[in-house]
Amino acid sequence: MSEETAVINEPQGLGRFNLGKAFRQYGTFIIFVLLLIVAQAQSDAFLTERNIMNVLRQMSGIGVMAIGMLFVILTRGIDLSVGSIAALGSVSAAILIQSYPLPVALVMAVGIGGACGLISGALIAFFRLPAFVITLAMMTAARGFALILSSGQPIMPGPDGQPLQAFGTSFSLGFPNPAILMIGLFALAFIVLNYSRFGRLVKAIGSNEEAVRLSGISVPWYVLSVYVISGALAAIAGILVTSRSGVGSASVGAGNELDVIAAVVIGGASLMGGRGGVINTLIGVMILGVIGNIMNLAGVPGYHQQVYLGVIIVVAVLIQNGSTLFRR
Amino acid sequence: MTALIQLENITKTFAGVHALTDVDFDLKAGEVHALVGENGAGKSTLMRVLGGEMRANGGRTLIEGEEIRLAGPTDAIRRGISVIHQEMALAPDLSVAENIFLGALPHGINWPRLNERARILIERLGFQISPRAQVADLAVAHQQVVEIAKALSRDVKAIVFDEPTAVLASGDAERLLEIIKGLRAEGVGIVYISHRLDEIYKIADRITVMKDGRRVSTVTPASTPVEELIRMMVGRPLSQLFGDKPDKTVGEEVLRIDDLRLPNGVRGVNFSIHRGEVVGLGGLVGSGRTEVARAIFGADRIASGAMTLNGRPYAPRSPRHAVKQGVGLVPEDRKGQGVVLDMEIRKNATMASTSPITRAGFFKPSAERGVVERLIQSLRIKLGSMNDPVSSLSGGNQQKVVLAKWFNADPDLIILDEPTRGVDVGAKTEIYSLIHRLASEGKAVLVISSEHAELFGLCDRILVMGDGRLRGELKPHEFEEEKLLTLSMNGHRQSSTEARA
Repeated sequence: MSEETAVINEPQGLGRFNLGKAFRQYGTFIIFVLLLIVAQAQSDAFLTERNIMNVLRQMSGIGVMAIGMLFVILTRGIDLSVGSIAALGSVSAAILIQSYPLPVALVMAVGIGGACGLISGALIAFFRLPAFVITLAMMTAARGFALILSSGQPIMPGPDGQPLQAFGTSFSLGFPNPAILMIGLFALAFIVLNYSRFGRLVKAIGSNEEAVRLSGISVPWYVLSVYVISGALAAIAGILVTSRSGVGSASVGAGNELDVIAAVVIGGASLMGGRGGVINTLIGVMILGVIGNIMNLAGVPGYHQQVYLGVIIVVAVLIQNGSTLFRR
Repeated sequence: MTALIQLENITKTFAGVHALTDVDFDLKAGEVHALVGENGAGKSTLMRVLGGEMRANGGRTLIEGEEIRLAGPTDAIRRGISVIHQEMALAPDLSVAENIFLGALPHGINWPRLNERARILIERLGFQISPRAQVADLAVAHQQVVEIAKALSRDVKAIVFDEPTAVLASGDAERLLEIIKGLRAEGVGIVYISHRLDEIYKIADRITVMKDGRRVSTVTPASTPVEELIRMMVGRPLSQLFGDKPDKTVGEEVLRIDDLRLPNGVRGVNFSIHRGEVVGLGGLVGSGRTEVARAIFGADRIASGAMTLNGRPYAPRSPRHAVKQGVGLVPEDRKGQGVVLDMEIRKNATMASTSPITRAGFFKPSAERGVVERLIQSLRIKLGSMNDPVSSLSGGNQQKVVLAKWFNADPDLIILDEPTRGVDVGAKTEIYSLIHRLASEGKAVLVISSEHAELFGLCDRILVMGDGRLRGELKPHEFEEEKLLTLSMNGHRQSSTEARA
């Protein structure tokens, strides 16, 4: 684009209602509202308290992972290892609880997830290796570790794990605890992304890494950080699963990386970096959850569900970007 | 004689805003028709209409007297119109020959024949480039040759050059002008868009001046002195372009470089620069200017030599380290390295110095707004809102945002690499006065530029580089184009004899 067209295009945004921009900003929200209307029309069971709490609880793991994925994707990266790190978090928490005090055990499990992110992040940020390949390797390796640690068996934390399971299965203020934790983490991420130096630079790096570097900012440290965050959050997600089921398992989170990426993309983030928001990501997670829920309520067979889900993802992204596709 | 191309009453609106209003333009076979005007005057939009990339809202397009409606760029190419954009449209990972014939590759490729045809096209332009070379490995000037060869491969009748020399050094620009003259002699019609008026006077047969989406006038260079042309473009005479050099006092030494040597062959660089000075760094592209600047800014390692900054030893390990110690850089590639285009003006302006407006890593919004408001006023950046993305600004105002970033970070030494590239005449003047202001505020300023007039108008002295060495220094009474070029190029001859000895 030459400067000339840029100047000429500018007045479009001023005063006039810009459909394309509105869709990109509020498209996710519009899709969500439409979906709720459809859901309500489909089944009376949808808008019941029990069902909504169920969706929230089911999506809490995906939601927590989506926060980390959003930060990674904002830097123009990708993290395929979140599902496997969740498994590692689940297994190591279940094991560590048996020999350490609960808080210490949980911090250690989250630390293990963060360490996985640290390894991927260091290779990506300092050795400039492609994120796709490195996190693919971590995805295999972390799952392997979880299998080794658990010998492929579900791990019962025993009586020391009781408080964790009590947390995962009970409610506070009328909401399931895991959902509250997820919302709390989203709120924290919102503040960090929009009001902190870190959040601003993460976004800037995804848009133009070189300009950020030449402003005197050490880009690799920021890139490294997002993978550490993603790893730690993935471990938290795994622990959440364990808190609900009471079992640590190496099969936790299998295939979740794709759901998480889908949620972030439905939330309007660009895989090319620099574009994406916390609230829209949360809505993206909820869209994913509600779609699955409606289909369950409507009795759509599991295999069919996957096909519909694929179609719906494409439609959601089309609605967000359609205006640019059909322009000029 | 019928014109090759005739555009009549072209009107183009974007969302109700007139970008072009009733513009007439014609091009004859075998002429160079220059198109000049400030950024935003509508030159590129007009050429996009001609190249089939945009459809006009009104007006007629005639090619060889026949009225046509272009369906798209491919249609335009088929009819013999090629547009060579400033940002070249080459596939960097493909070979030269593949790029030249990209739109017309046969299904089964006979490689030796394809390479041979590519070689003939390139030789016709007076160059020796291997058809098998990867485009990414070529210098910018050679990439441009490939673009031109691509156009020639398709029986071109008219070529539009959109600011072709903006990315070239003087020597390469000269060669490009020779190529254009050759094409003209073969009967190709050339539309030539440039901000460099000296070039236009060298090759244009006619000049059309545009302003605010309208055609001001079409003139011949012989009948129109350059001052007249600039007045038509901006309504301001040339002598005011650079402004007066302000009175300022040269203070203590900021940067001193002793016998700098870089891994890529740049060597023997010695100079110092003081507070309040504007020092030019001239020479051809590839003479080592940018490399020296990057070394000072910590973007590249040095092989040997010593630098001192404000009297202390200075060995920057990274740009971050350099910025911390008081060095700033306005890079030559504004969109690629200077600004984050999609990000708000506000955030770009404060990027290099966030500690005064943050507490524990979180921004204090009102403090930031205050800082940015002051910068916008002081640099007179024309914008809608500080929360608009930088991409909404014109080139000149984008560059002012980069300057604002460094005004805010307040370095002792600021390096400007091609500070007015792709910036229109009006904004240039304002940028020059900002550079003067940096100096009078006591900063040391190092300016790299391929535009000699810019160095002469702006600098207190000019360091001339040639073939990776510092060849000498010009004082104001020696500010002449020949002197600068001789210094830069004579060094070249000298060093090649040295290399043989």
